Amino acid sequence: MHILNRTAWLALCLFLMIGLQSYAQKRKTANRLAPYFSPPTESVMTPDDDGFIRRWLLLEPIDKPNRTNTVFTDSYIREAFTTEYFPDQFTVVPEDGDKVKVGKQKLTWHAVESNLFNVKLFRFASGLKKQVYGVLFWAVTVIDCPEEISGVRMAVGSNSASMWWLNGEEAVILSGDRRMVKDDCMSHRLTLKKGKNIIRGAVINGPGMSDFCLRFVDEKGTPVKNFTISYK
Amino acid sequence: MKTLCKILSLPALLSVWGATGALAQTGEPYIHDPSTIMECDGKYYTFGTGGGGLISDDGWSWHGGAVRPGGGAAPDALKIGDRYLIAYSATGGGLGGGHSGQVLTMWNKTLDPSSPDFKYTEPVVVASSEEDEDCDAIDAGLLLDPTDGRLWLSYGTYFGFIRLVELDPETGYRKEGNEPIDIAIDCEATDLIYRDGWYYLLGTHGTCCDGPNSTYNIVVGRSRKVTGPYVDNMGRKMLEGGGKMVLAARYGLVGPGHFGRYIVADGVEKMSCHFEADFQRGGRSVLGILPLLWRDGWPVAGEIFKEGTYEIESERRGYALELAVDFVRMQGNRQRFWGQSNEPIVPLKPQTLTDVIGTWPTGNIGVRIGDYMFRPHQRWTITAVPEAGGYLGGSYYKIVIEGTNRALAATANAEVITVPEFTGAPEQLWRIEQLIDGTYRIMPKQVPGSDKELVLLSIADSTPSLGEFDMNSDNSKWNFRDKR
Repeated sequence: MHILNRTAWLALCLFLMIGLQSYAQKRKTANRLAPYFSPPTESVMTPDDDGFIRRWLLLEPIDKPNRTNTVFTDSYIREAFTTEYFPDQFTVVPEDGDKVKVGKQKLTWHAVESNLFNVKLFRFASGLKKQVYGVLFWAVTVIDCPEEISGVRMAVGSNSASMWWLNGEEAVILSGDRRMVKDDCMSHRLTLKKGKNIIRGAVINGPGMSDFCLRFVDEKGTPVKNFTISYK
Repeated sequence: MKTLCKILSLPALLSVWGATGALAQTGEPYIHDPSTIMECDGKYYTFGTGGGGLISDDGWSWHGGAVRPGGGAAPDALKIGDRYLIAYSATGGGLGGGHSGQVLTMWNKTLDPSSPDFKYTEPVVVASSEEDEDCDAIDAGLLLDPTDGRLWLSYGTYFGFIRLVELDPETGYRKEGNEPIDIAIDCEATDLIYRDGWYYLLGTHGTCCDGPNSTYNIVVGRSRKVTGPYVDNMGRKMLEGGGKMVLAARYGLVGPGHFGRYIVADGVEKMSCHFEADFQRGGRSVLGILPLLWRDGWPVAGEIFKEGTYEIESERRGYALELAVDFVRMQGNRQRFWGQSNEPIVPLKPQTLTDVIGTWPTGNIGVRIGDYMFRPHQRWTITAVPEAGGYLGGSYYKIVIEGTNRALAATANAEVITVPEFTGAPEQLWRIEQLIDGTYRIMPKQVPGSDKELVLLSIADSTPSLGEFDMNSDNSKWNFRDKR
């Protein structure tokens, strides 16, 4: 009995230690991410004052080594972004914590709310202690429109190259060694349907900081803001 | 057909490459990240990444020999009083390298390494960045604010923010208690300048250090306050990646970066940069010096004068510089402007040199300014004379009537004539510089018997002369038109 109690006590201590270590690790990760990202919330979110979408599901970086960003030609990124790295890559709306396997990598989806207009993928990766260079990120978000909005354009800036889809259709491609510039590239005129619309993007980078910003603008370049943003 | 294409394309190609020859600096202008050009005791200096730098006696022919200790990346230079302040970074790991950076400053009384006064002070750290910070403290840019004498330093790269700190103009140290301000993202090799109530932040975008594939380009934003926000022509902040183009690739020179401004005179400004690859020099990184123009309050790179045959048009009236010779009428039918004619249309042949040269005197001929009619006495062929040296950013040119060796020349009494043969004499060599409004000034290398710097003037609508340059007068300004 005495021995059993001792074993149980040791197990409890071990459990607590692992738990505390895990908690401390999560705290550290949260602290590293804190300047750039906030944890996901259930609150209703709309675009920010300038129309930028700040609520995203981000997949931990896929290993994609490149020593220079000048290799990101249209052909290269079309191939890189249409390669299937994980099942249902072009259709899934993942949940926070979902895991996928890409080659030998086991990667997790994270629901985040960006504190900045630009989503700092470099800091997302470094905060999670993941690789920061030679990377390919996937991003997904869902916007809910109270009514159909036609004649809008998806406006994107990214570092480095990226490709974006709206409801499964290619919308914008940013090739080459890009810097993140607000409204760097825009889609043709699009229609946001009433109800849910899924935005999916992929950003690739060799060396340097990765990030992107995305918003919708109308014919006059005014930000479109009359929709909500969710993870589902 | 293929043969015809070859025949046509060869001269076209040669003309393109010929024009390029006048664009890059001559000598051995090999440098990366040149600091703002400084003049010291009649010579020009610029420092680059890795230490050292270039010297030039005339601003056109450059060679190594400038001395800047400390290594590291992308220095800048500024003259304050009778001393030169050099800012540089001891680090620089590139995009994939380390980002723990330091910017240092040091002083020197002279930039001439052969001077007994040449001695740098001990460098002091004025800005720094930690490894994991959103900044890489390299690529210094200095501004002495002409409105209040305060000294500012911008620094940073693509790795995070471009930052601004204030330095003490007496010591070059960081102002006590001063905290960095974020002023831009996603650029590097920044510089600050001031003009007419605006502060301008020049930065470099694009791909660095990839030879002929480098997409480096220089962009600008402006602000009413030195601390920002710096905004581009679209109202986009440089903190959002904004920037208006100042200079991109041109004429076999790609990847301009690391802006510097040099004011020659009121209305005459130059910008320095490096080009990542000069195609004519095997893709090496070279110093570039171009006219700096101002359009609607925005700086933009101008054009180094290109050799060719032109009308020389006065900004004053729009008339053309021409030989003072008899106007030779062309044969042409006078027709009634009304009524119909059934005669076939036969194109007129332009008047040629052969048609008229026999009517011209053989000795010196005066010049005047008249209505442009694309006649031989109004067509000037302008060619660089590389062996004649140059001035900041350009070589001297000879200006002759097309198809002849009859050359424009300054006279001892500060007038202009043409002489029958170009001899290379200093009064027959011309300095051609684009002004900040896009027009040009034309200066003889020397006015015989005078050390005055005079320019070609349109003192009356039809009368040229030489006189002092005045940016506020259209008399001083000319345009080169190719309107055959």
